[in-house]
Amino acid sequence: MNIVLYIAAGSLLCISFFKDKEKTKQALKKAWKSFENILPQFLGVIVLVGIMMALFNPDFISRIIGKESGWWGVIISAVVGAVTLIPGFIAFPTAALLLEGGAGYTQIAAFVSTLMMVGIVTIPVEVKYFGKRLTLWRNVLAFIFSLLVAFIIGKVAEGIWL
Amino acid sequence: MAVIKRYLFLIISIIALGILFLINREMGLKALEVTGYSLKEMVLIIPPIFILLGLLDVWVPRETMTRFMGEGSGIKGIALAILLGSAAAGPLYGAFPVAAVFMKKGVKFSNVLIFLGAWSTTKIPMFLFEMASLGVRFAVTRLVIDIPGIILIGFILSKIVSKETVKEIYANAEKF
Repeated sequence: MNIVLYIAAGSLLCISFFKDKEKTKQALKKAWKSFENILPQFLGVIVLVGIMMALFNPDFISRIIGKESGWWGVIISAVVGAVTLIPGFIAFPTAALLLEGGAGYTQIAAFVSTLMMVGIVTIPVEVKYFGKRLTLWRNVLAFIFSLLVAFIIGKVAEGIWL
Repeated sequence: MAVIKRYLFLIISIIALGILFLINREMGLKALEVTGYSLKEMVLIIPPIFILLGLLDVWVPRETMTRFMGEGSGIKGIALAILLGSAAAGPLYGAFPVAAVFMKKGVKFSNVLIFLGAWSTTKIPMFLFEMASLGVRFAVTRLVIDIPGIILIGFILSKIVSKETVKEIYANAEKF
């Protein structure tokens, strides 16, 4: 996926350069400016992610959502998903392992959904662009929605519905 | 002082990392390792995103973006927001600068929010990976609920946030 992104950026940059050098320069300047603008937040988030991943390692996660059942387990899973920021290619295999280890589909769905939709550690970046109010509401709604997703997936994946 | 304020969040995070080291060396090392890893991910993914953003900003006229995704763009605008968000790569924090450029170009607020929602949860590469790891039933069910879900969340958010706040957010986007 990275390669696609690089090819797209690279070829468009070339086309832009041939069409108008001045505009291309301006585009790169803008790119740099917006990057530089958000860099401190990005770096802070990255260190925070490191800390979170050390605290919430797969062992710890499986211990708290492993065999637990019921809504309490679902809520804990959702909270763990919300506060962590794990890249998908680590998160999905981990989730698959947790399922094998006896976690319920509802818990895993809550974890996966909040992991992707709710971002507690990225709040500083989000606030910079969207302000406190919207950031708060977006995350709250995404959290509630994730619980609904978890409930439905629990029913569907275990063959109760459909 | 301005520099300290700008980097305050980073400084606090580094202090927290230091404290973690003091409490548990092993965990501190692990945190450092993950930080290094994410830094690498950022260095790899961020440059093309920002270059594409710069090009979009300079080349695509505001009128074009407004026509496709602005007020009155209707279902077409929503569909585009979902497609663009789903085609994305990279973590959610990469979506915010893109959203800022969208706002500069006059994209409707609910479409910006739908785009964010799609980026967060219906990314195509992630979906393929999810199917492989957690099964077709799991991944497809999630996708089917998520698409109406992110549209609904987009609309609810643009309703509960006041017009003034939205204006402020758009004005703020001009700074990026």
